[in-house]
Amino acid sequence: MAENTNLQEQYRKKKNKEEMKQQVITFVLMILFTVIAFGMVIYELDKLFVIPTLLILAVVQVGFQLYYFMHMSHKGHEMPALMLYAGAFVAFLTVLTLSVLIWW
Amino acid sequence: MSSDQTLNPETLPEQPERATLEGKNKFLGFWFFLGGETVLFASLFGTYLALNNATNDGPGAEELFGLELVFIMTMLLLTSSLTSVYAMYHMKNNSFSKMQLWLGITVLLGLGFLGCELYEFYHYIHGEGFTLRSSAFGSAFYTLVGFHGGHVTFGLLWIVTLMVRNAKRGLNLYNAPKFYIASLYWHFIDVVWVFIFTVVYLMGVI
Repeated sequence: MAENTNLQEQYRKKKNKEEMKQQVITFVLMILFTVIAFGMVIYELDKLFVIPTLLILAVVQVGFQLYYFMHMSHKGHEMPALMLYAGAFVAFLTVLTLSVLIWW
Repeated sequence: MSSDQTLNPETLPEQPERATLEGKNKFLGFWFFLGGETVLFASLFGTYLALNNATNDGPGAEELFGLELVFIMTMLLLTSSLTSVYAMYHMKNNSFSKMQLWLGITVLLGLGFLGCELYEFYHYIHGEGFTLRSSAFGSAFYTLVGFHGGHVTFGLLWIVTLMVRNAKRGLNLYNAPKFYIASLYWHFIDVVWVFIFTVVYLMGVI
């Protein structure tokens, strides 16, 4: 019995370690995205290309943060996802409204 | 199982942050709160986007912002996000002292970020005469970025309080959810910062 729990414990630690490895890879990718974002602005690439690319990089980076660092990819995160996406939807409407208000 | 029971490797549940009803409630309640925070920051972002050209003949975004400091701040905050992931990794492996160590590193990186931000604001106010009152752009900028800085300050106080309060208690099912939620808050601060450095600084100097 004691041996059994010990095995379980080992298995869990190994699983945690593998997850941590993924987290470090995520982190490296996020650093890379940030460097690309700053690089594009510093080297003054075409504005029409840079702005949408910056926004896409930001959204992907935030996705990494949410799904890996904040564990939203784990089981039992249906309600958190609902809350966050509802929040993001209202956030989108808010930004849209405030931008359209000053359009003309 | 009593929720106050001190954990040891034999009794550690797989997800200590959600092993008790109180932990589950905290977890859900906190994500509700984050949904609301998203909207709150969106209204500040929307205001900034609407007003960032109203400079009242003062300096605009392009003249003010220097990317070097913002890059350093971004790296500090992003790294502190990873160190708090490490802290939660050690929490799940039930090694309290390592968790405390990584939380301590997170706090130091957060303090570094805050120091840079204070330096930046000081420079704008005393070097450039760019204040909260100098233009609508100034008001929108300081409200948005300052509110994020306020979140950083609050997060630091939160994490330090948890570390000090539980220093002699060790890890148990009562405080594991508290640590976990503080780390979620810290990640969310980084989420907001990603949009701030993209929308305010990078898109500001283009």
